[in-house]
Amino acid sequence: MSILEESFSSVHKKLENKEIKVSELVDASYNRINEVDDKVKAFLTLNEEQARAHAKTLDEAIAEDRINGMLFGLPGGIKDNIVTKNLRTTCASQLLDNFIPVYDATVVEGLQQASSINIGKLNMDEFAMGSSNENSSYKVTRNPWDIDRVPGGSSGGSAASVAAGEVMFSLGSDTGGSIREPAAYCGVVGMKPTYGRVSRFGLVAFASSLDQVGPLTRTVEDNARVLQEIAGHCEKDSTSADVELPDFSADLQKGVKGLKIAVPKEYIGEGVKPEIKDKVMDALKVLESQGATWEEVSLPHSKYAVAAYYLLSSSEASANLSRFDGVRFGVRHDSSQNLIEMYKETRSKGFGDEVKRRIMLGTFALSSGYYDAYYKKAQQVRHLIKNDFDDVLSKYDVIIGPTAPTVAFKVGEQIDDPLTMYANDILTIPVNLAGVPAISVPCGFSENMPVGLQIIASPFDEKTIYQVAHSYEQATEHHKAKAEL
Amino acid sequence: MDKITKEQVKHVAHLARLSVSEEEADRFTEQLDKIIEFAEQLNEVDTDHISPTSHVLDIHNVLREDKTAPSLDREEALRNAPDQEDGQVKVPSVLE
Repeated sequence: MSILEESFSSVHKKLENKEIKVSELVDASYNRINEVDDKVKAFLTLNEEQARAHAKTLDEAIAEDRINGMLFGLPGGIKDNIVTKNLRTTCASQLLDNFIPVYDATVVEGLQQASSINIGKLNMDEFAMGSSNENSSYKVTRNPWDIDRVPGGSSGGSAASVAAGEVMFSLGSDTGGSIREPAAYCGVVGMKPTYGRVSRFGLVAFASSLDQVGPLTRTVEDNARVLQEIAGHCEKDSTSADVELPDFSADLQKGVKGLKIAVPKEYIGEGVKPEIKDKVMDALKVLESQGATWEEVSLPHSKYAVAAYYLLSSSEASANLSRFDGVRFGVRHDSSQNLIEMYKETRSKGFGDEVKRRIMLGTFALSSGYYDAYYKKAQQVRHLIKNDFDDVLSKYDVIIGPTAPTVAFKVGEQIDDPLTMYANDILTIPVNLAGVPAISVPCGFSENMPVGLQIIASPFDEKTIYQVAHSYEQATEHHKAKAEL
Repeated sequence: MDKITKEQVKHVAHLARLSVSEEEADRFTEQLDKIIEFAEQLNEVDTDHISPTSHVLDIHNVLREDKTAPSLDREEALRNAPDQEDGQVKVPSVLE
């Protein structure tokens, strides 16, 4: 087994005992990238020189027995919509092909304070709009379990890089399922924290009322450790919640005895493949055998979530992406020497089709005469969806269902049909609209592809999610399966 | 009935500062029409007495003392600007 596939605690011990060096971890990471990234295509920009210099500094610290930082020496990757000082950040868009940020996102500072190593920037759907990575303007990341299939999206590079053993963890962002769906498709653990739990300062905004940064890892325990280092109140994000930061790992060993699980009938009904439903039922049996109980419930407005989401997220995106005008940053196209035409040429050449579609949908939904019918209506439905979750979570500890209705599909299979593509997120989108936290953990295989189990809890109760997810994971072998490349 | 016409698509594109060719306008009209038709399923939901939710958290305005503090210097702030002159960003002429 590669050292990069061992647990954080195992690697940490080896560093403390001086059995390995940080530079060897970094070598292992870049060697693996050289070996498999031609096929997986997870990375857009490597940070090799800086990473090796950082490793050298940390190795000097080890020599002096100064191991500070909970992620000391661990190689990780960062989704390319999270800004990194002096390291190119493109959002997988041609418009930002030359963009070099002048500051670090708060989450990047968190990782630095924890002494992890930034290996490089990970591919994604352009501006995080997509469910397959096929909307990247650079290349399509492939699923390490079957390179003819998509890794999911939009954090496809983040999920694939962990599944391929290129890094020990990664950061992604999740607006409608963009961490959980690729985590499910690639067989890794992906957490979308409560809205407001993690700072959005330095996350390039897509839909500001929905976006959250979160970690992708091989195991639940490692996931909790990364979240610990990136979560917390941030003065630079006015929507960051000023709430207590618990120890997310505190209840990992507590088990699930006496916990009450809700299973929404909408999550195991029509549209969800029977084989996926079977895997979820198997997982519920495992949790039952550990002392939890479950009951079927209803989230009656779930079926309207995708429609509400596309109106709201596109409306927010149309406003957020107005900043990409070729004035302060980005690649300018200016053949006309006229300001309005410069804006139009820059944006039309810089954005891909999906981004343009959503900007136009959002502009339409917010335009005079249509605002009440579309934007306001969607906000009202969002309120009802949130009420559904509040009701169920007032009676149960967690909600459990599948993460995605199918396993990863083939590259090219859905790209020409936006509505089919949007339906992949039918089980993840309601969670973002309600603002609650949710994780995807591996729960078996169908068609030889990984299946993800989604565990949802009340706002700011990530600790219970980790408790349930860890208890389930320890009783199963799915997380130990490895993609052969 | 068309939910959105080609003329509307062209107008929306202009508002969003995007230029679209005739071929693109045709394609986007067809796709947006389908998406908007799909979105209209929201009309099935009775929302008469439901307030719109724009934010799920109980959010309050965040204020801080207005104190000067170091920020990006001019050179850094201009580092990514495609065109600049005398320490300012430069754009094509606004007035003819």
